[in-house]
Amino acid sequence: MSEKKTNRRDFLFTATYAVGAVGIGAAVWPMIDQMNPDASVKALASTEVDVSSLNPGKTITVLWRGKPVFIRRRTQEEIAEAKSVKMEELKDPEKDEDRAKNPEWLVMLGVCTHLGCVPLNDKGDYNGWFCPCHGSHYDTSGRIRKGPAPTNMEVPKYEFLNSNTIKIG
Amino acid sequence: MKKFFQVKIPYLIILIIGVTFNAISAEKVEYLKTDWSFKGLFGKFDRGSLQRGYQVYTEVCSSCHSMKYVSYRNLAEKGGPEFTQEQAKAIAASFEVTDGPNEDGEMFTRPGKLSDKFVMPYENVKAAQAANGGAYPPDMSVLVKARGGGANYIYSLLQGYEDPPAGMILDDGVYYNKYMYGNKIKMANQLSDGLVEYSDGTKATVEQMSKDVTTFLMWTAEPHLEARHQMGFKVIVYLIILTVLVYFSMKRIWSRIETEV
Amino acid sequence: MSDHEYTPKSKFGKWFNDRLPLLSLASHLTDYPTPKNLNYWWTFGGILTFCLITQIVTGLTLAMHYIAHADMAFESVEHIMRDVNYGWLIRYIHSNGASMFFLAVYIHIFRSLFYGSYKSPREIIWIIGIIIYLLMMAAAFMGYVLPWGQMSFWGATVITNLFSAIPLVGEGIVTWLWGGYSVDNPTLTRFFTLHYLIPFLILGLVVLHIWALHVPGNNNPVGIDIKKPSKDTVPFHPYIVIKDGFALLMFMIVFAFFIFYTPNILGHADNYIEADPLVTPAHIVPEWYLLPFYAILRSVPDKLLGVVAMLSAILILAALPWLDTSKIRSAVFRPLYKQFYWILVADVLILGYVGAMPAEGLYLLIARIATAYYFLHFLVVLPVLGLKEKTLPVPLSITESVLGGSTNLAVAKNKESLNN
Repeated sequence: MSEKKTNRRDFLFTATYAVGAVGIGAAVWPMIDQMNPDASVKALASTEVDVSSLNPGKTITVLWRGKPVFIRRRTQEEIAEAKSVKMEELKDPEKDEDRAKNPEWLVMLGVCTHLGCVPLNDKGDYNGWFCPCHGSHYDTSGRIRKGPAPTNMEVPKYEFLNSNTIKIG
Repeated sequence: MKKFFQVKIPYLIILIIGVTFNAISAEKVEYLKTDWSFKGLFGKFDRGSLQRGYQVYTEVCSSCHSMKYVSYRNLAEKGGPEFTQEQAKAIAASFEVTDGPNEDGEMFTRPGKLSDKFVMPYENVKAAQAANGGAYPPDMSVLVKARGGGANYIYSLLQGYEDPPAGMILDDGVYYNKYMYGNKIKMANQLSDGLVEYSDGTKATVEQMSKDVTTFLMWTAEPHLEARHQMGFKVIVYLIILTVLVYFSMKRIWSRIETEV
Repeated sequence: MSDHEYTPKSKFGKWFNDRLPLLSLASHLTDYPTPKNLNYWWTFGGILTFCLITQIVTGLTLAMHYIAHADMAFESVEHIMRDVNYGWLIRYIHSNGASMFFLAVYIHIFRSLFYGSYKSPREIIWIIGIIIYLLMMAAAFMGYVLPWGQMSFWGATVITNLFSAIPLVGEGIVTWLWGGYSVDNPTLTRFFTLHYLIPFLILGLVVLHIWALHVPGNNNPVGIDIKKPSKDTVPFHPYIVIKDGFALLMFMIVFAFFIFYTPNILGHADNYIEADPLVTPAHIVPEWYLLPFYAILRSVPDKLLGVVAMLSAILILAALPWLDTSKIRSAVFRPLYKQFYWILVADVLILGYVGAMPAEGLYLLIARIATAYYFLHFLVVLPVLGLKEKTLPVPLSITESVLGGSTNLAVAKNKESLNN
């Protein structure tokens, strides 16, 4: 068998393998993608919450995309406490102003950033939240202060439609 | 290669027979036909027709027929009527949706959102039957696929109202339709020329409205039809290329044997 | 199993293989000596493996979204079709895949019938195959119930009612199958469970089917026993692998055409109407692949005997290795059997056709004649033919039949197909 012939054969086999592999990859993708959120889940974008009956110092928990969202109407002391913390003391430095646009209202996902448990209100060493699963302490701005959680509790996208209604998402 | 096709012929015959079994078992009435844009290898929906069809459905059909598997968001999705996001939002908001329960445990109504399913004309099947002389106006989400004649059947049925032949006695609330199975239908003729006013200036003849609403129903039954046709073409072209490559690889591999023998 | 001892080259390979001889198995599978004159009808074994795996993979993904509840099944299927990413594709592959699976299995069975692959020493392979076929029918039937459309519901009602034909305990069995007094939610959930289970049983049986095949080796179009390995054989890889691959791709083109361009043509429109226990569809027709047996069922005017006839029509196949008395395997050398074979093919197609027609008048008469002939073929024609038929001379080896310029046209044709 001449050398030229061998090359041509190799090219044919390589091309066949390559085209076949592309096809297998393309066929596998739908089987993987079907596990991603479907169109109806993605469409469940926003939740509107009426907060008119919420008194200072109280928290309500609402469900958004299957997760709890804490809405807390903070007292002046809590706001002052949150603002007074020095950035150096924080594990995940973030200003309170950046977390709560309107300082009276703190809106955040009630999910511990450690392994996803729901922290308890008004508990812990920093007057904020305490996660019972592995002992993470959050302050009155929902920032991580002590324990294994790596980051602050996440603030979702939200807006005030009017003074009484918050739209999350 | 010649031999190859000979071998495949009986196989194709069996396949064709398999297919015709179903075709034969379908109704034998000659339906009216029209040039559907969604037929064929590259078939796509006519957006204008889908939007007009939606209008006919909303203004005429939806007072009795539900469409419970379709959401308002679908109206703005690719491959559908492709209303803009804003138009779809406005359409959704024009419907009152029952939601709840609220904090007091009561149901309340609010304007529709994109994620809502199409609002149903009746609360349940029983209510629909009670309001329609015992006949349940079928849900229209998959109606085209649920009828043997498909789009042509729906298209024909809408135009198939006639005076009953002499001697046929129809009960109250029963109408004659030459395309209906058994020719007796409990839905009265709904369409008449100029019944709706199309915003794009298309003349709303019975034929035009039938075509538009049938196109719309085809889409609600097969919302991914366009994606399916496009993907199908790519897949088949790909398979043919790979088949040719494998065929030549096979010839080359088997050529080793022939020299040995 | 293996004809030669395999020793892995690497030290680790040897260590592993001594403990779990997977490498020996792989070597056996790649080197497996296969008759080199196999034609394209032999590629359907590979195609069927592909069908089974496709059904299992798409079935698993569908099961992640499907809800087996009478109130939600239909809606969850619509959810798959509309919202799940590629859900429409996966479902259409699965629903058309069932039809393609049966198309392939019928070709596979009829190939066996033509070339006498069921005969000694391959009876066990054949019987395992019949069991697989029965399980396939059960899986397909239960799968068709899951969307909970009108045909699902009424098909389930009719088929489960077959058991009521059994004297004395029939009614009790039907109630037990249903888990109630009609087909309802308990029936749906158990059908889903079994529909999920059966493919894995089939998978296990397929392993046995192939194992049993690898003991005597493949039959071949000439139907003679061959020495292995020899000039008459080629190693499975790459020769048979590439040939099976080519045939599989041809098959996939047909499959793709159904999925993308006529995905609902093999189903029944009524199954897009949600199940309604108060209204029976105008005529209940099973899926096309069950029609011949449905015709046999309906051609017998007695309830019990109809069911018995239908079951016998399938089970009689298991006795085939003993009903066919001929010493010659391949129909190529059996001129009379070849003709009866094609009559049987036509008979089954006719049964399928009348199975789709209303059971009345001429159709019923045809169904009865075709049913009678079906049993006649297996119970009378085959045993008698084997004793009386004058067969053609059979070559001693494949190579001889290929090179010897046999006067037999079919053998010459096989040579041609080999040259492809």
